Amino acid sequence: MMKFALALLFALFCNLTPALAQENAPDALVRKVTDDVLTVVRQDKEIRSGNTRKAIDLVETKVLPYFNFQRMTALAVGRDWNKATPEQKTRLAEEFKTLLVRTYANALTSYKDQRIVYKPTRLQPDDSSVVVRTEVVQPGSQAVQLDYELAKQGDGWQVYDVRVAGVSLVTNYRDTFSQEVRSNGIDGLIALLGKRNKELQAGKS
Amino acid sequence: MRTQLRSRLSCLACAAAIAALGGCATTANNPKDPFESFNRAMFAVNEGLDVVIKPVAQGYDAAAPLPLKVVIGNFFGNIWDAWTAVNNLLQGKGKDAASDVGRVLINSTLGIGGAFDIAGEMGLEKHSEDFGQTLGKWGVADGPFFYWPLIGPRTTRDTFGWMVDVYVDPVWRVDDMALRNSLVATRYINLRASLLPSDKVVAEAAFDRYEYIRDAYLQHRRSQIFDGAQPHEVIVDEAAR
Repeated sequence: MMKFALALLFALFCNLTPALAQENAPDALVRKVTDDVLTVVRQDKEIRSGNTRKAIDLVETKVLPYFNFQRMTALAVGRDWNKATPEQKTRLAEEFKTLLVRTYANALTSYKDQRIVYKPTRLQPDDSSVVVRTEVVQPGSQAVQLDYELAKQGDGWQVYDVRVAGVSLVTNYRDTFSQEVRSNGIDGLIALLGKRNKELQAGKS
Repeated sequence: MRTQLRSRLSCLACAAAIAALGGCATTANNPKDPFESFNRAMFAVNEGLDVVIKPVAQGYDAAAPLPLKVVIGNFFGNIWDAWTAVNNLLQGKGKDAASDVGRVLINSTLGIGGAFDIAGEMGLEKHSEDFGQTLGKWGVADGPFFYWPLIGPRTTRDTFGWMVDVYVDPVWRVDDMALRNSLVATRYINLRASLLPSDKVVAEAAFDRYEYIRDAYLQHRRSQIFDGAQPHEVIVDEAAR
């Protein structure tokens, strides 16, 4: 009996150590956030029937903490990012966050029992960024690739790009944004984003 | 050989572009989209057509039970798998091509004429290749971007690829005209229905839907040509971290 208990303890210990080490791993993070979000969506009829407001709340509580919006915005704006003052950067990132959260939320409302498959992640110990590849599997059609790009942030990892079927939700704005900056400057871009967010806020939710 | 093919294709591409536009003034400032005004006009035409097509797709989506939609998707997918196999072979991906041939053989027989994706359940992954991707792999450049009525966005290279795809497509070769037309229409509506969920996402995410769809299409094709492993930029701005 004692032997059994010891063996059990030993087994538990062996299993626990890698689990603890993996807690901060980027792929484990993506899996945890995805599972958390989809568990809620599966149980929430309102979100699945298109309640964007509710989906936005969900994204804000469960997903936002793991996204680095400053870096996302820098990636979307491209070269012009360095022209912005720190204050402009903050405002830009704030507006872009609102827009991306809505996009993410809208995508969630169309969830219909698709299965998520996690591809193996190749991570070297000194990597500062990594791609976590997943697939949205849907019977009758080809699986859709859903990739997250994460960067090391202190002890943990934060997402700075999301790609759906190879399309980055972030860099897809690159041309639009740089055109706006060329004609109306950084403040013009902030205004453009702000106006769009207000319109969407007024129209929906 | 490759450069010869490339230059011949780009010649053809230029000829087609000029023929298609016959004097259309170019006011665009985006180098990848020199015929933007023409494309925007065609985009508007498609939006008009979609006023009719979208409700049909919505009706189909609502009326057809999920298993039927899965069967329809599998059936057309199985036909396409054969062409995917050829394209994988042309791109030098023998292993993928062999797997695709296996898929067609298994799904056409055990999967009852392609209705069920038995091969997928057995672990043979579905790929999706077309001749435009093959040309891309061979090094043919995108060429100017086009937005065609009904067909939608295509680069010049992919427009040629699409013509080859249609030429070899067994569905377009069905002799019985009524059957052929209903197959083509069913496939089209099934495709449109599968895009319904993204309508709202794009509508709200985009500042300019034409631009958003164009840029997403270009990114998507690049990713397809590289089979998802496209090289991407490293962030330069350290201050943003």
